[in-house]
Amino acid sequence: MKTPLLQFTEKGIYCQQANVYLDPWKKVDNALITHGHADHSRWGHKKYITQHDNVPIIKHRLGAIEATGVNYNEKIIINNVTFSFHPAGHIPGSSQIRVAHKGDVWVFTGDYKLHPDGLSVPYEPVKCNSFITECTFGLPAFKWRPQQEVFNDINEWWKTNKAEGKTSVLFGYSLGKAQRLIKNLDTSIGTIYTHAAVENLNEVIRPHFSLPDTVRITADTDKKAIAGNIIIAPPSAHGTPWLRRFAPFVTATASGWMAFRGARRRRAVDRGFVLSDHCDWNELLTAIKETGCEKVITTHGYTDVFSKYLQTLGYDARTEQTQYEGENAETNEENEVTS
Amino acid sequence: MKAFGELIRILDATNKTNEKVKALATYFKEAPAPDKLWTIALLSHRRPKRPVTTTLLREWASEAAHIPLWLFEESYHIVGDLAETIALVIPEESVTHDKSLADFATDLLALYNKDEQQKKEYLLTTWQQLDYYERFAFNKIITGGFRIGISQKLMTRALAKATEIDEDILAYKLMGDWTPQTTTFNKLILEENEEDYLSKPYPFYLAYALDQEPAELGDVSEWSFEHKWDGIRAQLIVRNKELFVWSRGEELVTDKYPEFEVFTEHFPDGTVIDGELLPYPNNSIGTFNDLQTRIGRKNITKKLLEKTPVIIKAYDVLEWKGEDVREQPFKTRRGYLNQLIQLCKDKNLPLYISEVMHFNTWEAAAKERERSRDVKSEGLMLKRNDSPYLIGRKKGDWWKWKVDPLTIDAVLTYAMRGHGRRTNLFTDYTFALWDNNELVTFAKAYSGLTDAEFRQVDNFVKRNTTDKFGPVRQVTPELVFEIAFEGIAPSKRHKSGVAVRFPRILRWRQDKKIEEANSLDDLKALIIE
Repeated sequence: MKTPLLQFTEKGIYCQQANVYLDPWKKVDNALITHGHADHSRWGHKKYITQHDNVPIIKHRLGAIEATGVNYNEKIIINNVTFSFHPAGHIPGSSQIRVAHKGDVWVFTGDYKLHPDGLSVPYEPVKCNSFITECTFGLPAFKWRPQQEVFNDINEWWKTNKAEGKTSVLFGYSLGKAQRLIKNLDTSIGTIYTHAAVENLNEVIRPHFSLPDTVRITADTDKKAIAGNIIIAPPSAHGTPWLRRFAPFVTATASGWMAFRGARRRRAVDRGFVLSDHCDWNELLTAIKETGCEKVITTHGYTDVFSKYLQTLGYDARTEQTQYEGENAETNEENEVTS
Repeated sequence: MKAFGELIRILDATNKTNEKVKALATYFKEAPAPDKLWTIALLSHRRPKRPVTTTLLREWASEAAHIPLWLFEESYHIVGDLAETIALVIPEESVTHDKSLADFATDLLALYNKDEQQKKEYLLTTWQQLDYYERFAFNKIITGGFRIGISQKLMTRALAKATEIDEDILAYKLMGDWTPQTTTFNKLILEENEEDYLSKPYPFYLAYALDQEPAELGDVSEWSFEHKWDGIRAQLIVRNKELFVWSRGEELVTDKYPEFEVFTEHFPDGTVIDGELLPYPNNSIGTFNDLQTRIGRKNITKKLLEKTPVIIKAYDVLEWKGEDVREQPFKTRRGYLNQLIQLCKDKNLPLYISEVMHFNTWEAAAKERERSRDVKSEGLMLKRNDSPYLIGRKKGDWWKWKVDPLTIDAVLTYAMRGHGRRTNLFTDYTFALWDNNELVTFAKAYSGLTDAEFRQVDNFVKRNTTDKFGPVRQVTPELVFEIAFEGIAPSKRHKSGVAVRFPRILRWRQDKKIEEANSLDDLKALIIE
């Protein structure tokens, strides 16, 4: 049997013909990277190739690495295999990777969402025969409301807290979710303060994406000035002495998992907003249909259930084990790679 | 229904008790009377009889969501709550309705006698008309005890706030077997009623667990000791020849224990005692399992009364001949109790005294504590001789000094996803012990690990699943846990032949291999004949 164009090996998704890996989880020579979250861009590869906007992000996170930036839709040909990066709409600088060889076309999504978030370059469907997709929220129980409705709720929440003399603390992963929140907040309500982990990434992202003004919280920040305003912090700041000094405050988390009542209660935040950078059920099905693919490989999330359902729709669907954070996301809720 | 859906949304959006009370109180001020009455009914676990089976609900919900039944079932296992799953999978439609909560509740009552096709049509139409929170609330009314993190006590507090009626009086007004069909909000809540005061209990005085060496409590002669009985803490009131039995959950349970009715003939008017309700089969204290046969039962049959009679083991007197005596010293109150026992002597009443003991040394007290399991108690209660009867849980004058739990090392064999705040995490575990070379299930436990440990075990379960049976995952036997439990009794209903009381995880024995876990014989050796 002919070797498939992409194989799942213990180091990652491998293209033998070109000798490159896509989002490998073990050290390799050549890595094509979809986006900057920790489970997709790991440390220790010799060469990194990724979309331009993602270069400063992974350099910020991984330090001195050899990284080359390419444009969306730009073709890179390695030993007759054509690679190209296409917008995934997940976070700033995120891509799907198209791999084509002699008429066989594969697309690896990394993480993605279909609805525009007002910040990252929106998802574009790419035609292919084989579609390697995440399905973090691949259950019919997940259906996102339009982003504007969610932000109306968030802004309303901020206003109410302010009226009650309380500071709003909104948790979101420092890469991606935090900037999406910042971009869509109603700054006529007040000032956006940021945790250092968030602000560091804001600085990396600002040259390529326009973000509203934010104020970095430092040791010298006047606590009284913050009162009634909003703080954007990573989930790990929850319950820390760092946060406690800004009392009185109200906390909230923005994540897809907040769709579940149990998950909301488990986080012990005052409020949960259902806001995800991943596809919901209908988006996943739409995306798959638009690629025109026959084969689907699910990598992380509710993979078994989702691929079984795809089979009933007539797709040649299966699951491959990867080390992307899928079901195990729940084991480390602070790690909001998947939210 | 819109206002009720909004109330559920607000209650669901906060984890602060005060916010919940505030939202409920506002609702109780603004909602129409029939809706208020239904809200009270639902939050005090009076829901209409389930008009459809959950099997049909699942079939129809999957149809309404245009997904196969198996996919609905998978989603249900992960979400962990049927009402929530249905609310999540049904697509949002633009159609709506203008019906109230009481209207829907009345619909559901009428639905009970309709045929299957009519039921299905009604549900499919209604699901479409409701928004997410209304749909969730509607499903909760159909499916279950309406547990949404609002206790009856919290609801009563909000109602007190809205109506400015004393909470204890409301608690009494809400007792009994009323339904929204048999009363009105006015009649149930607002109308004055002399009898409300007659039944009024005193708040229970609760002890903390002893957190120091008993000797640090000072002179042993200042203390009285009693065994800590393992039944249901209860308050018995006889006023105006009427009996009222209150459980510690401030629930009026008079009807459940008809054997106490006889006290009205013998207790002086105005007597309130605090004691432990205990099963007493064959004229000796039974196990908690025995009591369980009485607790949930609505119809108390003659047969049940003969098989599992109950008694009250009296600890204290709170009201004596119509006078509130809680401020008087414990010793004095026990004097009244002795008088009461004398009055009732030789009348063969289900009234026993919880004997007070005194010790010359703390060592002697400790020795008595070690005997607790033999006399079927959970340990000792320490009460200062001169202590008043306080309100609620207070430190200082009363302490509970329980015996250490029994423990055994067992192997994790199966796991299920949890419910509520543990949705989507594998937190419900089954444990097994060795029987020759086989692991035999002996208990399930859900508590005792930290959130971080639960996440680690959850991770283990997901990576070491060897088989799936619906929501249950069989896992590679590899992890050993120390399981603690309060009591143990032979059981024919359990595969292991043993039933343990209140099993919980004491700690994760990461230092132990499965070969070092205990055997079923080790467990059986703990049974006291």
